[in-house]
This record gives sequence, structure tokens and C-alpha cells, in this order.
Amino acid sequence: MSYLELRGVSKVYGEGPTEVHALTGVDLSADAGQLVAVMGASGSGKSTLLTIAGSLEEPTSGEVLVGGALLSKMSRNDKARMRRRSIGYVFQDYNLLAGLSAVENVSLPLELDGVAAKKAQSAGMAVLEELGLADRATSFPDELSGGERQRVSIARAVVGERHLLLADEPSGALDSANGEAVMRLVLAACRRGVAAVVVTHEAQLASWADRVVFLRDGRVVDQTEPLSGIEESLLAHGPKQ
Amino acid sequence: MSVRHALLALLSEGPKYGLQLRQEFEARTGEVWPLNVGQVYTTLQRLERDGLVESDDAAEEGPQKGFRITADGADELAGWLRTPPDLSSPPRDELVIKVLVAFRMPGVDVHEVIQVHRRYLVELMQQWTHLKEDEGQFDLGFALVVDAELFRLDSVIRWLDTAEGRLKRAEVEQPQSASFPMPKLRRRVGVRT
Repeated sequence: MSYLELRGVSKVYGEGPTEVHALTGVDLSADAGQLVAVMGASGSGKSTLLTIAGSLEEPTSGEVLVGGALLSKMSRNDKARMRRRSIGYVFQDYNLLAGLSAVENVSLPLELDGVAAKKAQSAGMAVLEELGLADRATSFPDELSGGERQRVSIARAVVGERHLLLADEPSGALDSANGEAVMRLVLAACRRGVAAVVVTHEAQLASWADRVVFLRDGRVVDQTEPLSGIEESLLAHGPKQ
Repeated sequence: MSVRHALLALLSEGPKYGLQLRQEFEARTGEVWPLNVGQVYTTLQRLERDGLVESDDAAEEGPQKGFRITADGADELAGWLRTPPDLSSPPRDELVIKVLVAFRMPGVDVHEVIQVHRRYLVELMQQWTHLKEDEGQFDLGFALVVDAELFRLDSVIRWLDTAEGRLKRAEVEQPQSASFPMPKLRRRVGVRT
């Protein structure tokens, strides 16, 4: 079952001659446990799509369902609660709070949701341990490398009972080894049942996904076929000599 | 891929049998390069003829015949390792030619042609990436081969992305550019006739 579903979503900015159609009739779904990549060039509407999927912005027309619930029928408070509890966001520039340590950043969403500070911190610590960052828990963002900061931001996105992970160019500023580490963490979250949507212009990142959807000028123009019986077919032919 | 030099590299570790060489070759290349035993023996015979390996004369032909590298073989191997492969002239790339043809053909949407290839390449990359998923079963040689393949496919996709951006800008800025005569295009991109 789809945890996230966009039905005919359009987004128009401005009016009249300055009107910009950022998205036009976009259908997109992500099942629990599935990693979907949305690939497109700069200005293709990827980030708009992600902010609408995460209820940070409203579509001009069309519907968004998260966990089976129509966002258009939810109150502002309900949406805010859903964002805190169910959705994790990962941004290219990490968006960590500079004045908080790694573990404080990770446990913040739980504390905002009313979890007692001690309990929230121990949940945050557990996620950092899982991601191999236990020894960096008390470090502040400016004491961490780019790769470590992004791993902390992923820890913040998966802490608690998150069901949906939304990532915007999560390895944008990282080298390929750190980019791969980030995608392994996103994939690991999916294998635990989280639905994830990653938007990117990079094929190396998108290729970690179960399904890749191609966005051009605000429209979904294509998507990949599901993977099947692959290793055998790749390895049987071998490279051209 | 030089089977000849790969066999010399394996023999530089010490004497080996033909069958052993085949197994080790496949294992070291992540089993991505299948090699038949006939290829191994033909190559070994040529290496022996050229004085780059020696065999146990006493032993009969077959899997139990041992081979070792000679001093000339070691020199040949050292030279090969440090000689860059010839990448100086651009290959006659079928995909590049298709895009060049598509953007001038009436009734053909070059963006659709580009997307067909982009999707296929991404699907191939998904397959290679899927092989990397289980790190536990991922040996170093295989990891290097998979990375090389991913970067190769990625570079083709990057070219398609760049080509699409360039074509889009050209459509906006110079709508007349599609009527340039072919000879001019040929001169500009250096296509051989």
C-alpha cells in the first residue's frame, strides 16, 4: 500500500504574465519499504514536488495523501503533528541547528512532540549508534565533517516512528564515498519499512532507488521498470573486450 | 581488456597451472569477465612463444602443466601497467550520432530520444548498484569493477543531461539553428566521413 500518494498535483506560482507552472498533473506514489527517486534537471520542479509531498507547501490543484489521509482535509495543527511524528526531512545543506550538539539535533523532533528530554535523548543516541556516530554525539555541527553532518541529519529524519523520509539532493555537497554512505542509510531505513522519496539530478544517487521517476518541466515523463533477474543478465554477458 | 597481461600479472605472484590461472583471473575480476579455458591456453602458448613465460617441459599438455613468468615477461608487465591506454581520439559513439541525427530530423522529438536512452542507462545503473547493496558479499575486486561501470554509465547520462540543456537553450535562443546545413555541422564536430 502506498504510504505517500500524489494525485494530479499541480503548482502554479504568480499570476497572469508572470505565472510559472512548477508542477503539472503529477502522479507519484511511494509504498512502505520502497525507495523512489525523482530525477530531473535544475528547475524541473523536483524540490517543489518534495515540499508539497511533505506538506510544507500546498498544491494549486490535486491531492496529496500521507498514510491514507488527505492533507487537504487536515487542520494546520494536525499537519504539523504529522510532520513531526511521521515525516523525516533531509536537505542538501543538512539544516542542523548550530547551537545544538549532534544528539540534541537528533532528539529535537521527539522533544517538540512532547517526549520527555531524557527519553528523547536516549532514542537519539540509539539512532546515532546505529549510524556509527555514537562518538560524535556531543559534537556540534561545526565540529563535524560534511559526511558526518549529513548522517546526523538522516538520524534526525529517522528517529522515532517515522514512516516517510523525504530527501532533497542528500549527497549534493559530498564526495562519492560519503554520498554512497548516505544512500545506504536511506535504503536501510526503507528496508525497515519506511517509504522514501529522494529527489536528485544525479544518476549515481537515483540508481539506489527501487524506482526512478523522471521529471521534466514539472511533468512526470517516464519511469524505470521494476528490477528483476538482473545480476545474472549483467554478469552473463561480461564486458565487451 | 588484455588477457595476456592479466595472466602475466597472476604469474608474477609465482608459478601456476593453466586451470588455476583461469579460476584466479575470474575471481580477481569479480567474475565479471568470463574466460574460457581454451583462451587461457592459447594465450599461454603465445606468451611462451614470445619468451614471456616458461612451462614445465616435462609435464604433459593440460591442466597440470605449470607456467612461470620470465624476466622479459616481468619487464613487459611493468611497462604495460604504466602505459596509459589510448584515449586520445574520441570513439565513434552510436548514442552521440543518434542525438545528432534526432535533433535535425523533422517530426522527431530529440528530448524523447534522449529520455529513452537516459531511462535505459539508469536502469542499468540500478542493476549494478543493486549488486553493491549487500556489502558483506562484496569483494574488493568486484567493488572496483562495479564502480568503474557505474561511473562509465553515469558519464553517458551526464552527457545526455548536458546535451538536453544545450538543445533547450538553443531552441529558445536560436530557433533557426536546426536549419544549419549538415556539412557545417560535420566540420564543427569533426565527424569523419
